[in-house]
Amino acid sequence: MTTLNELKKLKEKAVKELKTREGKATAKITVGMGTCGIAAGARDVTSSIMEEIEKRNLADVIVSQSGCMGYCEQEPLVEVEKDGQKVIYKKVDAEGAKRIVAEHVVNGNIVGDMVFSSEK
Amino acid sequence: MMIELALNILDLVENSIKAKASFIEITLDESTINDILTLKITDNGQGMDNDFAQSIKSPFITTRTTRRVGLGIPFIRQITEMCEGEFKIASEKGKGTKLEAVMKNSHIDRPPIGDIAGAIRSLIVLNPDIDFKFTYKKDNSDYSIDSREWKEVLGEVPINSLDVQKLLKKDINEGLKNLGR
Ligand SMILES: Nc1ncnc2c1ncn2[C@@H]1O[C@H](COP(=O)(O)OP(=O)(O)O)[C@@H](O)[C@H]1O
Ligand SMILES: [Mg+2]
Repeated sequence: MTTLNELKKLKEKAVKELKTREGKATAKITVGMGTCGIAAGARDVTSSIMEEIEKRNLADVIVSQSGCMGYCEQEPLVEVEKDGQKVIYKKVDAEGAKRIVAEHVVNGNIVGDMVFSSEK
Repeated sequence: MMIELALNILDLVENSIKAKASFIEITLDESTINDILTLKITDNGQGMDNDFAQSIKSPFITTRTTRRVGLGIPFIRQITEMCEGEFKIASEKGKGTKLEAVMKNSHIDRPPIGDIAGAIRSLIVLNPDIDFKFTYKKDNSDYSIDSREWKEVLGEVPINSLDVQKLLKKDINEGLKNLGR
């Protein structure tokens, strides 16, 4: 299986990198993937975030998913944890997801018009 | 909302995640010869009483109180019935849950499978602590990916690291493309 060989090579490279970089994440993005989130488009939001991370080669950003956050009418919800601060964005679409990555995750500027809540 | 089986799968897997499953197996079996499409989802989560499992096929039972929207178990059951198929659920408390949705493959109401490659990749990457096995059978060919095998090779390298993500995407996309998807 060719993928397995590629995976082995990739691992060797990654282990070296882990040693030099400490492998610490600088930001964590969490997408609400409960029923309401999925119905509102969370899947496309996730794809858009993953694409943007790939394109920009953001190796130190983690993407994660959570269940229903309890604000179904505000879905899709996306939480960004960065610099010790948590910001939740509401009604995110594929375009909005790209802005969140570019403006907040990369440049550190909160995307004001999409914020649902934020806490330190 | 566009009906797409990939979204139903994400939604059903969310039930397994909520039930604290550590291993979730997803199988799509498309037989053009028998004209049957079967979706199976099996998890090792906390499960439920069998009586309760049978009752959730009806749209009025949920342990959640918020509004429901075109997804969930009653909905997939409804799809299977529209498509001259059937829906089965078996569960055991403390052991896990097994879902099986059978549809007539060529039925006009059978939803498109949709972006299943993207769905599987995001499940594996976004839930690094949960193991997934995904199999897509099409007549006599199949493609399968097991995150446990990947993790074994990767050792201390996280499965959600960027380079692994890219390789996962490639493997799943190519695997499904070879099956004509
Ligand atoms: N895989 C599973 N493991 C354990 N319990 C489940 C599983 N799938 C469904 N359930 C139970 O059935 C209920 C109904 O599921 P579902 O139709 O998806 O609606 P919802 O998730 O919105 O409650 C869930 O709330 C849960 O109690
Ligand atoms: Mg559910």
